[in-house]
Amino acid sequence: MAEVVEVRPETSRTKTIAFDVSDWPGHRAGQHVDVRLTAEDGYQAERSYSIASATDASRLELTVERLDDGEVSPYLTEELRPGDAIELRGPVGGYFVWNPGAQGNVLLVGGGSGVVPLMAMARQRSAEGSTIPTRMLYSARSWEDVIYRDELAQLANEDGFDVVYTLTRTQPSGWEGYDRRVDRDLLAEVAPAPGALEVAFVCGPTPFVEAVAGALVELGHEPLRIKTERFGPTGG
Amino acid sequence: MPLISRGFHGRQSEGPSDRIPPGQHLVDDFPVLSAGPTPHTPLEEWTFTIEGGAEPASWTWEEFRALPSEEVTADIHCVTKWSKLDTVWRGVSLDTLLGLVEHDAGYLLAFCDGGYTTNLPLEHVTDGKAWIAYDYDGEPLEPEHGGPARMLVPHLYFWKSAKWIRGFRLQDEDEPGFWESNGYHILGDPWLEQRYWGD
Repeated sequence: MAEVVEVRPETSRTKTIAFDVSDWPGHRAGQHVDVRLTAEDGYQAERSYSIASATDASRLELTVERLDDGEVSPYLTEELRPGDAIELRGPVGGYFVWNPGAQGNVLLVGGGSGVVPLMAMARQRSAEGSTIPTRMLYSARSWEDVIYRDELAQLANEDGFDVVYTLTRTQPSGWEGYDRRVDRDLLAEVAPAPGALEVAFVCGPTPFVEAVAGALVELGHEPLRIKTERFGPTGG
Repeated sequence: MPLISRGFHGRQSEGPSDRIPPGQHLVDDFPVLSAGPTPHTPLEEWTFTIEGGAEPASWTWEEFRALPSEEVTADIHCVTKWSKLDTVWRGVSLDTLLGLVEHDAGYLLAFCDGGYTTNLPLEHVTDGKAWIAYDYDGEPLEPEHGGPARMLVPHLYFWKSAKWIRGFRLQDEDEPGFWESNGYHILGDPWLEQRYWGD
């Protein structure tokens, strides 16, 4: 049982929903929860969503992208308001998780709302005062579609953390960053050298994850250091 | 008594309820889920091996393709909540493979390119319940869906249908595989909603 305490827009298509979960056991950054909705006639729908927040007592945040033909995400982003309660189960998952013991370079590669579990990792790293060298590569359609812009700018002031953007459809005037889909050449410039990479976390739609993970392997990174999380219509 | 979600109606048209396990919804496409990069093993280097029997058994790709195969039509259910009905596969039945190996094991641990493993009790892969599949919908199985060959155990959650399978080890004990060591249920029966540890 989770009570909604705040709903705030992030971009035109995404909202962050904060819950108070009274018996929340805590979580590791990268884990997800299962959300279950029940209609008055007993009909139920369940979906999984990545946790966006670092572990923080009973407060938990999800960032949800509205899929226009989705069944659950329009309800979460348009209907839910503070005071509502929903059924929430978790945390779930033990592989795609931030490992605070890591000593080498960490690469976080997010496509669209695939940045959400990576943001949980960036927040966890910051909350722990970690100085593990960590670079986030964030692919979005436009600057307006970038979730957590202001907070990422703040995190990028911290020791050992930086963010590289690529805007694949439209760019602000004077944009000097990357303006294409993530490819091998781009990763060769942005990723640590093979051997220096402790672990890469890659999350986004399936074609994005296939392209990024495949290119990292081609560049000589060990497949077992590349952890992937894919989503598609299953998030609806 | 489940909590009613104020203002939620849902689609209410999730197909035949006797074929959709609890908590699942139908999809028309074929989502992809895996923990790492997609391996690309050339067929000339591909082998399928059964370890743990009286004699080790191994087949090359050509030898494996020469084994008797079956067409299978099945509903599949992913632990990430999607189900897909009437998928059509071709592959070699585990009954055929296990009939070629002398053993008295109770379990198997499947191993795959990319390091993935998954465990299965033999009673859940015999009597027409499991196949090593290499065709999907009449075409060679795509790498992102597990090609050249994957396990197919449609009556369990689809992570048990290990992609990029290269063989299995016959064992006396049920040893947790990759997802089973990372929070997911040891068996994974979708009709009992055995998704996670503790279900």
